[in-house]
Amino acid sequence: MTLTATRTRWLQDNGVYVAVVALLLFNAVFTANFLTLGNFRTQLVQAAPVLIVALGMALVIGTEGVDLSVGAVMALAAAIIPLYLGAGPVPAVLMALVAGLVAGLFNGFLVAKVGIQPIVATLALLVGGRGLALVIANGQLVQLHDPAFLALGTGDVLGIPISVLIAVVLAVAVAALTNRTTFGRQLVAVGGNRRAAALAGLPVNRVLIGVYTICGVLAAVSGVLATSRLGAGDPADMGLLMELSAITAVVVGGTPLTGGKVRVLGTVTGVVLMQLVRATLIKHDLPDSIAQMIQAAIIVAAVYVARERR
Amino acid sequence: MPTDPVIEVAGVTKTFAGVRALDDVDFTLEKGEIHALVGENGAGKSTLIKVLTGIHTPDAGRVERHGRISTIYQEVNLVPLMSVAANLFLGREPRTRLGLIDRARRDADAAALLGGYGITADVRSPLGTLAVGEQQMVALARAVQAEADVVIMDEPTSSLEPREVETLLGVVAKLHEAGIAVIYVSHRMDELYRICDRVTVLRDGKRVHTGSLAELPRIELVSLMLGRSVTEIRKHGTTAFGEDHHADTEPVLEARDLTSTPRINGVTVSIRPGEVVGLAGLLGSGRTETAKAIIGALPLDRGTVLVAGKPVPRNVKAATRAGISMLAEDRKTEGIIPNLSVRENIVLAALPKLSRFGVTSRAKQDRIVDTFVKRLRIKVSSPEQKVSELSGGNQQKVLLARWLCTEPKILLLDEPTRGIDVGAKAEVQALIDELAREGLAVLLISSELDELLDGADRLVVLRDGAVAGELEGARLTREHVLAAIAAEVMDDADSH
Repeated sequence: MTLTATRTRWLQDNGVYVAVVALLLFNAVFTANFLTLGNFRTQLVQAAPVLIVALGMALVIGTEGVDLSVGAVMALAAAIIPLYLGAGPVPAVLMALVAGLVAGLFNGFLVAKVGIQPIVATLALLVGGRGLALVIANGQLVQLHDPAFLALGTGDVLGIPISVLIAVVLAVAVAALTNRTTFGRQLVAVGGNRRAAALAGLPVNRVLIGVYTICGVLAAVSGVLATSRLGAGDPADMGLLMELSAITAVVVGGTPLTGGKVRVLGTVTGVVLMQLVRATLIKHDLPDSIAQMIQAAIIVAAVYVARERR
Repeated sequence: MPTDPVIEVAGVTKTFAGVRALDDVDFTLEKGEIHALVGENGAGKSTLIKVLTGIHTPDAGRVERHGRISTIYQEVNLVPLMSVAANLFLGREPRTRLGLIDRARRDADAAALLGGYGITADVRSPLGTLAVGEQQMVALARAVQAEADVVIMDEPTSSLEPREVETLLGVVAKLHEAGIAVIYVSHRMDELYRICDRVTVLRDGKRVHTGSLAELPRIELVSLMLGRSVTEIRKHGTTAFGEDHHADTEPVLEARDLTSTPRINGVTVSIRPGEVVGLAGLLGSGRTETAKAIIGALPLDRGTVLVAGKPVPRNVKAATRAGISMLAEDRKTEGIIPNLSVRENIVLAALPKLSRFGVTSRAKQDRIVDTFVKRLRIKVSSPEQKVSELSGGNQQKVLLARWLCTEPKILLLDEPTRGIDVGAKAEVQALIDELAREGLAVLLISSELDELLDGADRLVVLRDGAVAGELEGARLTREHVLAAIAAEVMDDADSH
């Protein structure tokens, strides 16, 4: 391999980590009150729901698919929580997760059995899921008062926010799933070469349905945490554009859209990077509109760097 | 001979990544002739066509074209969602005075044009709704309408029903009458002899014959395509496993009456443990389809597959579980998972066996990968190397290892030595022998007759999707195989 090729390759694999370190250094020097525990805490709490969704998205993208319905699934969770909170926080959370599971099964069924392209199959639920959520919630924002449930989004364990802990545990679990289980390796093989995987006798349909189901459940978890933090069930706004944030984090983290590879640590770093970028811009009083354009530039840069990955 | 060539090619050489796809090839296409271009896989037909049409620039040699060339590929390359008429006139639509497309005239012209070829399809319906044969006819009509002087047809009938073939050959005859020269690529002897004037045979990138087709006996043509053997007749049965050894054992694999029209029709194959059965036949004769049918990857109209006397459900997973494994012909699209390492490619199919409760065991994987890397002498810098970085021969060994670690009873090998270098080829062939000796039942598909004659205990010859003969023992000779492929009866061949 030539020196340039080696360097390009290195940048492809590690660019996102370099970017995060650079941004941290920049902020440490130029941003007032950046290196405070309070600030880190805020950043991580804000990033946790995106991360949980992005983990599921990374798995789906690893199979050469995409799940556009994650935001709608979060909205479904937000609509379902208030309905069952009367019976206690555990049944409410469980029902929300079941909704995510059913949504994921539906997506997986359309993709694997019916053979619809993932982008179209999940688009149906992107549109319909939020509609259903609004119908369930009667279009209303519902204030929540159950202290045990609200603790999920605001409480601490050993000084670490519960939502952040959950996100970390899930990231470790997804990494283990990807790298250490039969399912994970089959997932990557299906994404890398579906025909070869099928001819190797791999359970292609089961893998696909499983992946979309996991993604649906993770989106529901994210919806539960975000609802708890908000203190209200808000199906109209919950998870809006979340699919794009998640895809961005996954792509920036070095997981190719062409499938066959899942980078969990890269995805985590991708989420952190996008969060840091937004925080940096906000702290320097740049308007949201500028922040969006800069995010776009980062996505283009990430795709450009990854372009030679063959 | 008076010559009025529309295409003249002299001394053309084309090399891809060190492999000579074309080696000093001469080719002349006379005005108005139908010229058959034949050769096995990798003989250089596609490359020659691409040089003729200008897609490839030759490394050396001269190409002269005196006319417009239109190419009809196996897969129709028109726009399936647009109407038939729109496809016919794509880019040359009749215009109204305002410069807009004159749809009425276009549709009327299209109907008239197709009617002339005996096609009565609705020209306003999307092309994709037509049968493949009709689509091909539309592509042909488009070529003629574009006033091409040369039409190149690459295996136009490979996916057509017999009735469609008739219509297509009729259209070719009309092109001939109109003075258009045709290059006709096909493996179907009957078609070639019916419509072609001359033939050019390519083998391993070299032109081995050009001449009048009528003066060339079929068996001679097949022999030219497959190559002449150095030793005239090779008798088999010298290895430790002669046919007597198998005669008393029950077959481990029985495939009966496999039918998937129009590709294969009533193919029956059985293999005993320790036996290598070769599947001979020209490209398109249904060799690959037979293997795919056995492994359950081809939807069947009828037919059964039995392993050790028990019927196997028709899907790949069940077939794998029953002990059938298949090394696919196309390593790239149906074999390797390019992103993954050598280790992961090897353990892929056996992963459930190497895991406990769904959690993979790295130690077990490393052990088995190590065993196979050594045993098959796979050249890797480390088992963690990406499989896409290996040479073709080593990739093939990785795939063989993938199947061997599932401990199969039956191994289907589709062109196991295609595209790998000579050294690796001999190794793979030796390995096949060794596996059979250990009791594996092997189905060997190869375009190389010598490989089949050397490696197989018994040969099943396919022609046009059906079994044309079974040869073993003293009849396992080049002559008998060629005769079966060319559909000629030899003196001592009994009636099959």
